[in-house]
Amino acid sequence: MTKTVLIADDEPNILISLEYLMKREGYRVVVAHDGQEACELIEREHPDMVLLDVMMPKKTGFDVCHEIRANAAFKTMPILLLTAKGRDTDVAKGLALGANDYMTKPFSTKELAQKVRDLLEAAA
Amino acid sequence: MRRFDKRVALGVALIGLICLVWLGATGGLIWSTLDETGRTIVKDTLGERMIVLLAMWAISLIAVGSALRFLVSYFMTAPARLAEEAQVLLGTDVKRQLIPSGSIENRRLTDLFNQLVQQREALREEMDVRVEEAARNTEQEKNRLAALMSELTKSVVVCNLDGRILLYNNRARMQFRALSQAPGVTGGGELIGLGRSVYGVFDRKLVMHALENIQHRLQRGASAPSAQFITTTPSGQLLRAQMAPVRSVQSADETAKMTGFVLMLDNITREFEAQARQDHILHTLTERSRAALGNMQAALDILEYPDVEPDMRERLLTVLREETAGLGNRLRELKSSALDSTVLRWPLEDMLGSDLVAAAIRRIEALGGLSVVATEVDDSLWLKVESFSLLQALSYLAERLRQECVINTVQLRLSMGTGRAQLDLCWTPSAAKLTDKVVPGWENDPMRSGGEDTSLTIQDVVERHGGAFWFEREAETGTVFFRFLLPLAAPQEQLETSSVVRNESRPEYYDFDLFQASAQSRSLEDSKLSELSFTVFDTETTGLDPANGDEIIQIAAVRIVNGKLLRNENFDQLVDPKRNIPPITIPIHGITPEMVRGQPTIDTVLPAFHLFAQETVLVAHNAAFDMRCLQVKEKVTGVVFDHPVMDTLLLSAVVHPNQESHRLEAITERFNINILGRHTALGDAMATAEVFMRLIPLLAEMGIHTLGQAREAAQKTYYARLKY
Repeated sequence: MTKTVLIADDEPNILISLEYLMKREGYRVVVAHDGQEACELIEREHPDMVLLDVMMPKKTGFDVCHEIRANAAFKTMPILLLTAKGRDTDVAKGLALGANDYMTKPFSTKELAQKVRDLLEAAA
Repeated sequence: MRRFDKRVALGVALIGLICLVWLGATGGLIWSTLDETGRTIVKDTLGERMIVLLAMWAISLIAVGSALRFLVSYFMTAPARLAEEAQVLLGTDVKRQLIPSGSIENRRLTDLFNQLVQQREALREEMDVRVEEAARNTEQEKNRLAALMSELTKSVVVCNLDGRILLYNNRARMQFRALSQAPGVTGGGELIGLGRSVYGVFDRKLVMHALENIQHRLQRGASAPSAQFITTTPSGQLLRAQMAPVRSVQSADETAKMTGFVLMLDNITREFEAQARQDHILHTLTERSRAALGNMQAALDILEYPDVEPDMRERLLTVLREETAGLGNRLRELKSSALDSTVLRWPLEDMLGSDLVAAAIRRIEALGGLSVVATEVDDSLWLKVESFSLLQALSYLAERLRQECVINTVQLRLSMGTGRAQLDLCWTPSAAKLTDKVVPGWENDPMRSGGEDTSLTIQDVVERHGGAFWFEREAETGTVFFRFLLPLAAPQEQLETSSVVRNESRPEYYDFDLFQASAQSRSLEDSKLSELSFTVFDTETTGLDPANGDEIIQIAAVRIVNGKLLRNENFDQLVDPKRNIPPITIPIHGITPEMVRGQPTIDTVLPAFHLFAQETVLVAHNAAFDMRCLQVKEKVTGVVFDHPVMDTLLLSAVVHPNQESHRLEAITERFNINILGRHTALGDAMATAEVFMRLIPLLAEMGIHTLGQAREAAQKTYYARLKY
């Protein structure tokens, strides 16, 4: 069965690459352009995993994390934070709010693809 | 007339009686041995001459009397007089020599007394001299301290444990002015002043916390504990305060008690804002660069796949182009943004430009072989510089010019450029070509001059000033020069510094007697007049009927704290009455409609005045009128003046009930008070204050010491029946 990956990022320039990459990896891709849209799409599409940018308009990645983890239906859905924030404190905050893992920009797409595979396997 | 002495009379009577008895007894004895014939002969002989016998008896009694009289005065009266005079000397301070009289012993005694009196005088004079000297020393030390304080560039405020201000310096006053919520009206006068509470600016809990901190450390034996805190003030400024304890003089066996504290204040609002802005820029720069790099990396990764469709390839390349351009732009923006100023700066200080030029001349001429002339120096310019390194740079350049370009005269110029000051070191080249060949690049060589070596270059010095440096040739004159672009002191700081310089008479910014002042242990009514704080004020109005539309157009006040008139802590404000000023009143107060135009209105001025007068007793001449003016505004302004009030008119009537006039003019004349600027609100307030200060001791002579007593006495006077 095809897994669905939701990508939430407000930067079109990274969305192009990420969308292409995830499709190439064989996933169905849903794209959100801000935190608010991400929450709505998660509710509607029930993706198998979420790639979440931290700095987004309307709702930050932290807010989204917090909100979807509060919903029992999404307790185990893997969340991978993609962040331009390099500080330890930001990483700790993301993990504390329910993200499973994080990658700091810039990152290698190969590593990203590997992380997504690992997280989906672990969740299954 | 000599006084009748009972003792002499008694003595004379006694001796007379003894003589009579002796005569009688002897006569009787002889009589009994005689026969009849002998008795007849004696009777015949004596009988006729009895008168002579009695006369002789009386005459000898007179002689005895005067002898007695002399003896008594010689041996008894003289010592008695001496005793009386000694008593006087003992009881009073009179300096006088006693005149010796009476017996030799008495005379010697008198001499001894005189010597003792002299000795006492000598001792007393010596003591007076010492006391005076000690007082002079104390006064001198106080003055020294005050001088030191007023020159300090740091704000210093000293408070007692109740938070009352005992001392502050000029810098602190200016800082508090910046903190005032109504700076235009009171100039911060409501916040800083002797005897005022520092809690008007700082949260009491914060100060208490810092105090406790210090006290704990003192108890643990710390020798010089201090505490730091950063706080925001009601006007939104950020202050950094360092607190150190003031301790009582320590005797050998006890630990010093804390009697107050010193606060050293820095307004770090501006620094903090600059820092925050820089942090923010740095932070967003990192994040945005990371994001951009992330986008590029992802795009590159995808491009590496061999099977990417041409369409996708083109999109990814566009991403790469966009992000590269974006990064470039960001770096360019950064260059012109505030981050540019994050270069570590030396502590720069304000310096009058002409002072810097004068110092440079001295320094260059001291090197020898060069004469320096200052031409076109704009002496209104205040620079923000690190003068030591700048002087080093100038003398390095001058010396190198002398050595390599054979120059023996240089000129210094200082002028205003766009946003910066231009400091030029000019000279007339001996050979133009030589100069052009030699001079460029000097700014990058380590500076050497007068045998001093440093690894710094001119470029370093200029960068640390956030300035610039270049070599230029003036086409018309042929003059060549090195130009330094240097930062100017911020306008506010210029003002501050110049007002410090201008202030020649040293104002009273300290009152250590307040150290002894305890917290309000007695109620106000029982407080002594000599110990209370007063706000003496006067208002000018458009007319005499405040209840029916007459308005305040000026309020002025001065403070009396601890029996001292604080002329510098005054309040003087024109008020826009928002109505016309009757022309007929203008000669009285001298305030024209033009003067009040644009001035604050009563609803800003009264709250500020209320703050200024907080925790004091209000004093005015004919206070009923002034109070009425304040009271009719209570509804509009929301401030209620419920201070205790003293009226100098009534108090004057208490002190001089027989005088006809108690007008302010009459009283000042009576007390011989001369006030400049009478008939302005501030002049009148000042005059009223002087009058009030003179009334306090006169009231005390009448047994009126406390506020309560003074009010009672004032109410009883005839004038008290007059009510507005």
